[in-house]
Amino acid sequence: MEKRELICIGCPLGCPITVTLDGGTVTAVEGNTCKRGDDYARREVTNPTRIVTSTVTVEGGCDRTVSVKTRTDVPKSMIFDCMRALRGVKVKAPVHIGDVIVPDAAGTGVDIVATSEVEQQGAGIV
Amino acid sequence: MYDVIIIGAGVTGSAAARELSRFHAKICVLEKEEDVCCGTSKANSAIVHAGYDAENGSLMAELNVQGNRMMTQLAEELDIPFVRNGSLVVCTAEADRPALEALHERGVKNGVEGLRIVEREELVRMEPHISDQAQAALYAPTGGIICPFRLNIAMAENACENGVEFQFNTCVENVEKTEEGFRLRTDRGIYEARCVVNAAGVYADRFHNMVSGRKIRITPRKGEYYLLDRTAGDYVSRTVFTLPGRYGKGVLVSPTVHGNLIVGPTAHDIGDKEATNTTREGLDELAVKCAAAVKDVPLRQVITSFAGLRAHEDGHEFLIGEPDDAPGFVDCAGIESPGLTASPAIGRMAARIVRDRLGLTEKEDFIAVGHDVLRPDRLSVQERNDLIRRHPEYGTVICRCETVTEGEILDAIRRPLGARSLDGIKRRTRAGMGRCQAGFCSPRAMEILARELGTGMDRITKSGGDSRFIVGTDKDSL
Amino acid sequence: MKAYDIVIVGGGPAGLAAAVAARKSGTDSILILERERELGGILNQCIHSGFGLHTFNEELTGPEYAARFVAEVKRLGIEYRLNTMVVDISRDKVVTSVNREDGMFSVRAGAVILAMGCRERSRGALNIPGYRPAGIYSAGTAQRLVNREGYLPGRRVVILGSGDIGLIMARRMTLEGARVLLVAELQPYSGGLKRNIVQCLDDYGIPLKLSHTVVDIQGKERLTGVTVARVDASGKPIPGTEEQYDCDTLLLSVGLIPENELSRGAGVEISPVTSGPVVNESLETNIEGIFACGNVLHVHDLVDYVSEEASAAGRSAAEYVRGLSADGAGTVIRMNPADGVRYTVPFLIRPERMDEKMTVRFRVGSVCRDCYVSVYFDGERVLHRRRPVVAPGEMEQIVLEKEKILAHPGLEVITVKIEEA
Repeated sequence: MEKRELICIGCPLGCPITVTLDGGTVTAVEGNTCKRGDDYARREVTNPTRIVTSTVTVEGGCDRTVSVKTRTDVPKSMIFDCMRALRGVKVKAPVHIGDVIVPDAAGTGVDIVATSEVEQQGAGIV
Repeated sequence: MYDVIIIGAGVTGSAAARELSRFHAKICVLEKEEDVCCGTSKANSAIVHAGYDAENGSLMAELNVQGNRMMTQLAEELDIPFVRNGSLVVCTAEADRPALEALHERGVKNGVEGLRIVEREELVRMEPHISDQAQAALYAPTGGIICPFRLNIAMAENACENGVEFQFNTCVENVEKTEEGFRLRTDRGIYEARCVVNAAGVYADRFHNMVSGRKIRITPRKGEYYLLDRTAGDYVSRTVFTLPGRYGKGVLVSPTVHGNLIVGPTAHDIGDKEATNTTREGLDELAVKCAAAVKDVPLRQVITSFAGLRAHEDGHEFLIGEPDDAPGFVDCAGIESPGLTASPAIGRMAARIVRDRLGLTEKEDFIAVGHDVLRPDRLSVQERNDLIRRHPEYGTVICRCETVTEGEILDAIRRPLGARSLDGIKRRTRAGMGRCQAGFCSPRAMEILARELGTGMDRITKSGGDSRFIVGTDKDSL
Repeated sequence: MKAYDIVIVGGGPAGLAAAVAARKSGTDSILILERERELGGILNQCIHSGFGLHTFNEELTGPEYAARFVAEVKRLGIEYRLNTMVVDISRDKVVTSVNREDGMFSVRAGAVILAMGCRERSRGALNIPGYRPAGIYSAGTAQRLVNREGYLPGRRVVILGSGDIGLIMARRMTLEGARVLLVAELQPYSGGLKRNIVQCLDDYGIPLKLSHTVVDIQGKERLTGVTVARVDASGKPIPGTEEQYDCDTLLLSVGLIPENELSRGAGVEISPVTSGPVVNESLETNIEGIFACGNVLHVHDLVDYVSEEASAAGRSAAEYVRGLSADGAGTVIRMNPADGVRYTVPFLIRPERMDEKMTVRFRVGSVCRDCYVSVYFDGERVLHRRRPVVAPGEMEQIVLEKEKILAHPGLEVITVKIEEA
């Protein structure tokens, strides 16, 4: 029997969680105040995952960059692989929220998508 | 071969440059930094002293009083923010009253006008936050406050407009006498001139000692300051000094022409001529000492602290003139307080010495007038709107704390001897000088500067040299 | 002079939520004034995820969260002006702005909603001695450079202050290729959310040193190093504990200050504790018809709470312009923060004006474990809620019910305090 203490990152409450493991199998999760915490705790002790956010260069846009994220969590060990997959990536304006910037980033099976709108330069001046 | 080379583009060198530009002569200013006003001239009390401090009969006293008198016209000619707000030297113990009276007498002998001693009752009416210990004060109505940046920059710009050449990032390494005058070796080649004006601030001893056998020594005397937010700017309305007394020289508390409150300086002699760092001890000392004359100074409103180095000469006197073993080499050395006040008079004196040495004649077409960066907030709404219609950049506010527009920043960059760094923009427009200390406006100002200079963001500096803001791009090392 | 029922100063999360709520409460004539060239405010540079769990029940990035409100503002046809800096708000609610197209222009407002947000504390305010080289940034400035412009402001980084922006930037700069050597925090506790310590520092092995501060800054042109020392209980550096860090960058994440210069100009009373306006239950300031919400009112930890609070301000402003809240000169109950509670928002409550349920937000002055949040109606304790831990970095809240307050006629003071177990 092994016990691991975690702080849940599922939401800003940051609940302290105790996970009990028996030979790699989670036998109990305590301290969480919602389902999200239970999910997080089980994942964190077996296959920890994170959402990765960054930016890529935009050409011909009102902004120099567009913000991006992995559409869903990726394995924690793959964070820097995802970052490297973004290196040198350039997209052309316009860019819309949800546009796929890098499909299947670093072999994670997860797409990297845009999280902001970038209009073409000269367009939409109010 | 130049007629005159001036070493240093601080307030003294710039004053000398402007005064010399009245004459037919080929003049060059060599400055080791990337801009004018980078040494002591940018880090001081920003005070125009009345002139009661210096010893009777000293050059310091004479030039202080002269400089003070010249300031009104100079400020008008060159569009320099200047206010004669008056100064008070506060006596906090009856036992010190003889010293206060002695100061009064010294001031009168120095020719300071309007001096009088005010008693506590009147003093409290004048300055409600004056210390409870304050007994009386010497009141000098001719004391004033000035924008030291604009004073320095305005004189340099005016000199430039009148034909003086300025070379920045040019460090003089050696000066030697030649048949015709002087040869100056710099990190950017050799310069030759018939006369040299040594306005090198804390380094003036180094150049003097290269050409003269009569050695002088200048010790950097560090002065640390607090600058407080505008919300504290009217805490006192005059410049309040403490009478030097049993506890040594005090610090001043004064409004600035831009509506802030300044507290300082400390005075500590140091060895390093570049050590413009503030220290824990110095800042703590200010907090204690400012209470002597003014009570409860709202130090929670501090927005920045800084330190300047006064060029203290062993004899505590301005050394202005040619050493007898180096004719044509005109020292302006030992220019510590009241150097800012005296600068117009020092410049004039140095220029006259050069004129007499070289037999220079006056130009008929000297331009005496200069203009500060155009400030939209000084205009009426109608004028401001006309300006924005013609130049929309004046409608974009870049620095929100000091309300500085893009138009003003462009003006600062495009004018003669224009800004080449963020500090240069700051000294000319006040962008970044407010309560957020450039947090908001620096990326925007960097962008404008990069665009104007036709360079990349990674080349933009805070103050020239290696003071870059950007070291690379995202992911460039992954 | 053009007139609007409601003028909202600031188009960040607070201004947007206030506008949407005011519109939905029936006010048609609304103008948002925004100084940036897009709506959304600081959220546009907060590209990390973790926003919106409370509001949208999903985890969004900052720009995505902002985009939802921006879309709503556009759908509702609410008028806004970009690149427009408000330079003055008068007591009688004339709002003067400047931009490139209109020059200086004034509009008359039936009600004004202050939503200007906050600014970061600077190095000067901290009084850190040393040189003043390039390479010292507030965390938010670095965030803009890295996240909006794609520039790296440094490669070897020390961060002073463990506020959330500092923690977030520790991760961001690490991901973009910089090395973050240390986060130093003056207080014996972190100023940020616990989950940010985990996912921004622990994930990347970045050390956090509590009760430490920067005592010297070196480098005449670009930063070359900082000296960090441990501090005693009063926050004073302990001689002999100095450690040297060779770095080219110092980020400061040492607190946020509501940006109330315009409010002061209008005569709005500012609390010395929050640095924000003193408001009543309607989030109305001492100047009738001027409301405040979001970080200009008090610094929030979560944008979801900003949106919630701003919606309330928007509804109140809409009621005000409809004349529904003409002063009834009823009773005023004073909120009294005590024993560990630094402040409450609102500061005053007029029971007749309050909604059936009203959220009171507050912060504590220090970390307290196994304690109770207690509410007293005058001398009587009416709420005693156990909290495993409360910390200054996290906003607390309680809900007051109108019915219960009205059941206490003559009630003068509502006290909120932290009590030991």
